[in-house]
Amino acid sequence: MLARIARHLAAIAALVLVGGLLSATLVRMAPGFDSDERELDPSLNADSVQALRSARAGEHNVLHFYASYLRGALHGDLGSSHALGQPVSTLLRERWPVTLRIAGIGLLLGWLLASTLAFSASLWRRPLYEMFGTTLSGAFLCIPAAVLALISVILNTPGYLAIALIVFPKIYRYECNLLVKAYGLPHITAARARGLGELRILAWHVLPVAGPQLIALAGVTISLALGASIPVESLCGLPGIGQLAWQAALSRDLPLLVNLTVLVTLVTLLANSGADVMIHVLKPSER
Amino acid sequence: MKAARLLACVIVVAVCALSLGANWLAPAGYAKQFRELPDAPPSRAHLLGTDEVGRDRFARVLYGTRISLLLAPAAALVSTALAALVGGLAGYVGGVWLRMARAFTDLFLSLPWLFLLITIRALLPLNVSPLVSVLITFLILGLLGWAASARVLSTSADALRNSDFVLQARASGLHGPRLFLIHVLPNLKPVLYAQFWISIPVFILSEANLGVLGLGVAEPLPSWGSLLRELEGLISFREEPWRLVPLLLLIVVMTSFQVLLSNEEVTA
Repeated sequence: MLARIARHLAAIAALVLVGGLLSATLVRMAPGFDSDERELDPSLNADSVQALRSARAGEHNVLHFYASYLRGALHGDLGSSHALGQPVSTLLRERWPVTLRIAGIGLLLGWLLASTLAFSASLWRRPLYEMFGTTLSGAFLCIPAAVLALISVILNTPGYLAIALIVFPKIYRYECNLLVKAYGLPHITAARARGLGELRILAWHVLPVAGPQLIALAGVTISLALGASIPVESLCGLPGIGQLAWQAALSRDLPLLVNLTVLVTLVTLLANSGADVMIHVLKPSER
Repeated sequence: MKAARLLACVIVVAVCALSLGANWLAPAGYAKQFRELPDAPPSRAHLLGTDEVGRDRFARVLYGTRISLLLAPAAALVSTALAALVGGLAGYVGGVWLRMARAFTDLFLSLPWLFLLITIRALLPLNVSPLVSVLITFLILGLLGWAASARVLSTSADALRNSDFVLQARASGLHGPRLFLIHVLPNLKPVLYAQFWISIPVFILSEANLGVLGLGVAEPLPSWGSLLRELEGLISFREEPWRLVPLLLLIVVMTSFQVLLSNEEVTA
């Protein structure tokens, strides 16, 4: 078990480091990176403009920038945002709880809706239930995340509802397939024939079969919710990590964008690895 | 189910045909401004009314559909070709190349798709000509959307590398690119087709997401994304329901794709 966790941590560290470097390289190569809008301010004199240029001089060499960023990060200094003029650590501390709340509630609601429909469809096996779930999930699957965010603004509903509706169809489709397959297994038919109650069948026979894949799905949906938070927060005006990523990309804010890439990669990989470790703990034979 | 698939096929073909006939169905074009008629409701002259600068919304829907429906398959082609190159070759060569390709795809897949797409598009120039913006948008989709397909293809190619017929071909003296082109690639075709078809609706939705956020195709060229952006100014759905037509069209086409892709032969 410890070896598995160590392997996961080593892979996460390597991927996060490479991800951060790639992000820094992309921002550095982006057209217009060298120009700073503040240099156009007529009230600035030549010394001020020179000071602005020298402040960004350290970012011209990507490897140099990334090495100094890593050195700073090890001491808790994540650098400062050019566009927002604040330390990145302060921005992340302020914004992270907003995203955590919106994505967390959205995920919870999405899972609740998807699980209710998927369990009803697979437990009672009435075509009407299945058709309702498939139609509803199909409809939401066809609407772009940004449009769902816009509809949320028009209808004045909370942003987490949009995230719930973005993740719901993906969860439903996968969960429904898993449960239908699990309920179709011969030992469940045998358990039913012996008169076992539906709740006991679910707890003792269905969940142990579908559980590991549902846990893996839970890990993947965290990444989905994080991605969905960008259009939702940007369009709904919610000051979270998604909106920050949007602002950082538009203003080519190198320190902020590298930190956000590292953070998002870290959260996604931790969620997936956490799910993998959990599966191993619950069912060592499953892989 | 067969009837549903037939209906879906008819819908996709009809929408494609209508968009291709935009020049005849809406001769005014997507950019012509009827300045005396901004924000006009539907009429005989303008079936879906006009937008805030007086452009015919029906014409813009037709031309926008053409751009989205023609370029999404082009982007899917680029991404599938890249996936075949990275995943297919790595799976065929195996060993350290396969491990490196899988690590690289893992890195791509560890970033949420929307985060990656929006960040990279925002880093590229936004104040470019409409044609360049179309190229940038769909090229980005093609260049970034290969990772998931490459993962599938590397697994398939890895399985083929160890199959009996490839082993026999190797024993007969066939090696390198010839073995890949003659025996491995043709057997990867079903997976390649599946990945191509699956990518199209994903790219249509992704372009729509970029367009709504103002990162898609530049004005005055329309696309489903830029048409959906008009919803931003909507106060209520009841006031101007005709503005929802692009969204309804997108839902209908995407549903048709879903029905078509539920075919086991495609998704296998």
